[in-house]
Amino acid sequence: MNMVLEAPHLPVIGKRLRQQASRDDRIKLGFMAVIGLYLVVALGAPLFVMLSKSLSTYRFDLQAFEFQVSDETGDNWGPVVSAADLNRELQAVTEPELSSSSDGRLAATKFFPDFKFRSPVHYRIRGTTDDAAFLVGSTLEKGTGWRDYDSGTFRRVVLRPARALGFTNFTTYFSTPALAQSIYNSVLMAVISTVFTISIAFALAYGLTRSCMPLKGLFRGILTIPILVPSLLPGIALVYLFGNQGIFRDWLFGHSIYGPIGIVIGSIFFTLPHAFLIILTALSIADARHYEAAASLKASKWRTFTTVTVPGARFGIVSAAFVVFTLVITDFGLPKVIGGQYGMLAVDIYKQVIGQQNFEMGAVVSVILLVPAVLAFYVDRHMQKRQVALLSARAVPYQPKRNARTDGLCFAFACLVSLFILGMIAMCQIAAVVKFWPYDLTLTAKNFAFDLMDGGGWAAYGNSIRLALLTALFGSVVVFAGAYMVEKADGFRLGRGVFHFLAMMPMAVPGMVLGLAYIFFFNNPANPLHPIYGTMAILVVSTVTHFYTVAHLTALTALKQMDPEFESVAASLKQPFHRLFFRVTVPVCLPAILNIAIYLFVNAMTTVSAVVFLYSTDTKLASVAVLNMDDAGDIAPAAAMGMMIFYTNVAAKLVHALIARGLLARTQAWR
Amino acid sequence: MRHALSIEPTPTSRQHFADDAAAEPAPYLQISDLWKTYGDFVALRDIELSIARGEFICFLGPSGCGKTTLLRAIAGLDLQTQGTILQDGRNISTLPASSRDYGIVFQSYALFPNLTIEQNIAFGLENTGRSKAGVASRVSELLETVGLSAHGKKYPAQLSGGQQQRIALARAIAISPGLLLLDEPLSALDAKVRVHLRHEIKALQRKLGVTTIMVTHDQEEALAMADRIVVMNHGVIEQVGSPTDIYRHPETLFVADFIGETNQFPARVIGEGEVEIGHSAFCCSTEDFGAGHAATAVVRPVDIIPHGADAHAANAIDRPATPQNLIDAEVQEMEFLGMFWRTRLTAPRLGERTLVADFSVNAVRRLRIETGGAIQVEIPRERLLLYPRGA
Repeated sequence: MNMVLEAPHLPVIGKRLRQQASRDDRIKLGFMAVIGLYLVVALGAPLFVMLSKSLSTYRFDLQAFEFQVSDETGDNWGPVVSAADLNRELQAVTEPELSSSSDGRLAATKFFPDFKFRSPVHYRIRGTTDDAAFLVGSTLEKGTGWRDYDSGTFRRVVLRPARALGFTNFTTYFSTPALAQSIYNSVLMAVISTVFTISIAFALAYGLTRSCMPLKGLFRGILTIPILVPSLLPGIALVYLFGNQGIFRDWLFGHSIYGPIGIVIGSIFFTLPHAFLIILTALSIADARHYEAAASLKASKWRTFTTVTVPGARFGIVSAAFVVFTLVITDFGLPKVIGGQYGMLAVDIYKQVIGQQNFEMGAVVSVILLVPAVLAFYVDRHMQKRQVALLSARAVPYQPKRNARTDGLCFAFACLVSLFILGMIAMCQIAAVVKFWPYDLTLTAKNFAFDLMDGGGWAAYGNSIRLALLTALFGSVVVFAGAYMVEKADGFRLGRGVFHFLAMMPMAVPGMVLGLAYIFFFNNPANPLHPIYGTMAILVVSTVTHFYTVAHLTALTALKQMDPEFESVAASLKQPFHRLFFRVTVPVCLPAILNIAIYLFVNAMTTVSAVVFLYSTDTKLASVAVLNMDDAGDIAPAAAMGMMIFYTNVAAKLVHALIARGLLARTQAWR
Repeated sequence: MRHALSIEPTPTSRQHFADDAAAEPAPYLQISDLWKTYGDFVALRDIELSIARGEFICFLGPSGCGKTTLLRAIAGLDLQTQGTILQDGRNISTLPASSRDYGIVFQSYALFPNLTIEQNIAFGLENTGRSKAGVASRVSELLETVGLSAHGKKYPAQLSGGQQQRIALARAIAISPGLLLLDEPLSALDAKVRVHLRHEIKALQRKLGVTTIMVTHDQEEALAMADRIVVMNHGVIEQVGSPTDIYRHPETLFVADFIGETNQFPARVIGEGEVEIGHSAFCCSTEDFGAGHAATAVVRPVDIIPHGADAHAANAIDRPATPQNLIDAEVQEMEFLGMFWRTRLTAPRLGERTLVADFSVNAVRRLRIETGGAIQVEIPRERLLLYPRGA
């Protein structure tokens, strides 16, 4: 013993031993490399390309091109002049016109006002740097060698801008008042919506956990309905209720629903379930002993509320607040429908890219949108870690006691909120089946004749179902296998860490940003993956990636509950890991896998943000059709399509419940 | 094991450890120069250990002493930083777990919850070239061995902890491994079940003759079950020896203190066979110590012999073997612990310190020992142990 203490020398370690890899290890490593590569391609690389895009500026560098013009014989050449010199004389191109985009083209003939394309005059052009590039028709030419063209060909010579890295795009963005205003608007809307949503969600969750109000199960169900519809739908409902022809228009005292009011009400609608579920979980873990202690100390109800209830749920509240904030600031569907002229960041991306084809500026807005989302994400992760520490295995579950007044108040409030949610859905339902709300209320199916409208028709609905099924199937497999590697593969510590980080990233990346990043990355002919652009495959990949994190965490939680020694036992019994995986891991985690599948299905049905940039004429989607039909003024069909999505998700939920019950009875007999 | 055993004979089953120790054949498991470090932290330091074929070995030590780390290194679950492990002459130092030859039972049992008991036991037997019938008969044989034949179709969650433990054991020995590793197999069980299973595991191990290593922090368990105990602390092996050896002749103060209870006194060696404790001299063995050396003197409470109020009286039954070690004491406190009385004594010869002594119920009654009473106790010469001070 004393020998040990006297000799605290560290071992003289020669070569660190390395374990010989078993076949399992090699398979796992290969597997992890494949899924890791998937995440790099589906997330890391596109984001990187987008970031570099936002820092890229394109400008015609006139110093970089030199011309020479011959006489009519085509043999005697005039003096060499640079494009810059010519422009100085002619003022053919103004300074702002020199700023361009990656697709910018400037006709060389602009510098020759007396150019005639049938003249015998010949033109020569060369770059003064190796990077100076120009197109002849669609052929790219580069370099400092002279090139000789007759006037017919020279007509087709266009200069290409030079790329530079810098923050110019950001400077331009912030000096454009309308765009910079969007930041303020977005943050303001997000803050207001967050305050309202959290207050309502807390009151509801409090009622469900701390009172004896009736019909708790029913309210829980109703409160999760908004998850099943696209965020566009509350916008449409609000248009019908409070819009120019809305029946409750007078309630707004002359204010327009198009703008902040609509955005806040709609945001409350679609973020409520998220906040509600998080706060409900936080309140559910209440320890009855704290309440008994408060009662024995004769604390008043209010004091108990402020010193026990609220602090116990504070991490949940903060976490929910950040989730709501992020959802509102990154949502695109709702402000698109109801926002009117009120500029919001997410809509700016859409307008810049789809409307003005200004991809660099779209990338800039995306990067700006990443900031609050990433921030919210980190605060949330931090909070969740602390939340876990609060859980105590010895906590005694709290049992609320009857109290007519509290129970009544909670019940009334829950009814009110349910009415709000059901009212919005009912409004869309009615609008979908009547001829012309509110003037002609005869029932009709004409709004479901999608094929007569722009937006993709019933084919779009079919595509959405295909997308949702593929996403659920492919996503569950990828996500679960990935989570398994993170949790259960031993060794490869670094690889697993990187993988986990990549898996957590999608939560911080708004859908619009992801979609735009995909355009940059996949719509590049040089990319070997270019062929998937415009196909169903890219929609599936983007949707799986967009919703990866929550699914990953679900899988991880399920896997963490499994005994970490299963793998060791299987190895000692000389059984390959895949046998354990399919005989034990998958069956035991089946409920979680099914939850992942339905989560991905529902979200694939409702999502707009990422896919709106990625769909093609063959792969139009129902949720995008809602957007496009609404845009085209076909609001009733848009509502009808929104309801189709709703029906589908309700049906999917029911099927999920049935399958889960059936499968569980067979494979989970041990529970 | 009340049930008849019909286990396939393993190559190890015929040999007996007792014979091996004398004949010194090649050890079954040999660990040499083994280190495990995590950054600057040394979890295992220069481990040297030989285990004979058929031996039942316990790794014993407080939590964090490295015993589980060592077990996992042997299993290939956590690779050592350096060092060699030979199993049956084969160098397994860097082999992956699946290429080594052992069965393992964890504290959590790690039974597959969605498989029946039979399927759990059959897990390692399938895909090994056995026929379906062969697997089934082996499973029923094993179920019989662990006395749970009636439960084959149940799921693990439907069994008690002790039953689950036996299933985990059956699953581990199903493939007739050369080495059985038990990682705190009993610590999740009730005291009574634990004692019962202790015997069953030991009996099963004897029958199978399988070389077994069990990790435990429970000294009683180790003493009861092991052929040899490896006492570990702070990543080093403090002592390896038979249970009686470890208990009666602890080589270090740590071992003395960790296994059983001790009274410890600061002492100074004053001459050959004599040590000063408090203000007076006692007889004990002083080999390894020169005169004037500071030491810690240790005596176990159970080793202290009571002699009544006056041991020199003519009618005293048991005269002290070493009169110099007989001391006058006063009983300060008595605590009845069922099997014996624990007493706290003060003695002027020992100075300020109290002496804890355990007396049998019988002795207390015979000698009329009571709180506040005077008593003479003897610290037997050969039970007074010295260790270097400061350790």
